[in-house]
Amino acid sequence: MDKYKTRMGDGSICYQTAQEIREDIESGVAYAAKKAKIEPLTKEEQDRIFEIITAPGYITSVDVEKLVVSTTDCGAAPFCREGAIPVKRSVEALIHERAFCSDSYDLGFTEYTYKAIKPIVRYEAQEMRNAQQQNVMPILYGAMPNMGFYTQPDGMFENWSELIPAGEIDRARAAQEGAMENCIKDILAVADEMAAAGADGINLDTCGASGDTDFLASLRATEEISQKYPNMGIMFGAAGEFVLGMHGKLTYDGKRIAGMWPHQQGEVVQKAGAAIYGPAMNTNCNESFAWNISRVTTWVKKTTETIDIPVHVNCGMGVGGICMTEMLPVDVVCRADMCLIEIGKIDGL
Amino acid sequence: MRMMLTRKMKLPAAKQYVADKLGITMEQMHDSTFMLEYRRDNGLGVIMPYADDIYGMEAKCRIAKKLDIKINSVDRFKANAQI
Repeated sequence: MDKYKTRMGDGSICYQTAQEIREDIESGVAYAAKKAKIEPLTKEEQDRIFEIITAPGYITSVDVEKLVVSTTDCGAAPFCREGAIPVKRSVEALIHERAFCSDSYDLGFTEYTYKAIKPIVRYEAQEMRNAQQQNVMPILYGAMPNMGFYTQPDGMFENWSELIPAGEIDRARAAQEGAMENCIKDILAVADEMAAAGADGINLDTCGASGDTDFLASLRATEEISQKYPNMGIMFGAAGEFVLGMHGKLTYDGKRIAGMWPHQQGEVVQKAGAAIYGPAMNTNCNESFAWNISRVTTWVKKTTETIDIPVHVNCGMGVGGICMTEMLPVDVVCRADMCLIEIGKIDGL
Repeated sequence: MRMMLTRKMKLPAAKQYVADKLGITMEQMHDSTFMLEYRRDNGLGVIMPYADDIYGMEAKCRIAKKLDIKINSVDRFKANAQI
């Protein structure tokens, strides 16, 4: 029986029969639909995923008219930080515009956290101003709320990850609520400087990494920034397919935040005033690419149907159906993108 | 991308808005050969600029006007340069 060369979620090559791929697609779709309590993909959509996965050739692509735009959440530093190439970040942004033909870029600090940036924000704003003088494409400033940074011994609040296992639920909640207020202030302080430096947008990346309080801090910061600077769009990137309930009682717009799935996250992100929502859905390394991308596409399709703001799916190492490996296999990346564009109806990546 | 950030437009609406404002077809907007010449002729910034091309802040001033949008850095530049 013929087998197709494909990959597992960890990036390793595997060979699957047509029947095995179809079963994994069906299983991934069913998993996503059951967990988020949404409709599964149709039979035709599942057939299209099969065609995309098994398409001949190393690289596949959508029609040119279906091309989408790209945004980043890497701090504009793949050269100087990850590649150890000695270039300034504002120069790196120019290389991305004039050599790589990128659509946008986010400047950011190596320590990609608003709390860490606040003390040096004046110098970060210099870098933003330099980039804005030279670049034509939109340049955002990006970092993570990273509420875990506010816990002792680095921060002033008790560590809720230690309090919860000890049964100290009320203290854990109080610590998170205190940290949230400080986190919002730090985000707003950075946003003020970036607005003055001419930033095109603020990227709130990996919102909810520390749970529902982290997610709420990001929503409240989004509200304030979008009202204060209506021409500076907020890109709100999530941390996972559902929001962890580290607090459990928090709500936004009357809806409980803990346990929100991508389409529900998108609704409150839109309500808060964000310009772009970036759902993040993690890859299961023990499942095939077919299973992972089918699961992700099911959630994304529901999200783009539910909200009216643009959706830029986080697609990269370990998210968006892409393998959990640093050197991303292009055969998987282009096929994941195709599924998300054709079936998920995304606006960007 | 700018229409998403400033007007929260989804991709199809954003593409149509830009095409209408530039007075070009969707097919032309997706054609890199056409767009290189169009951008160079209209001073909207090109990826391989010569010294006499318009790029950087100069191009962004034109983009803001052409698309009828606010660009923060353009507003800041004009205010500080008193133009």
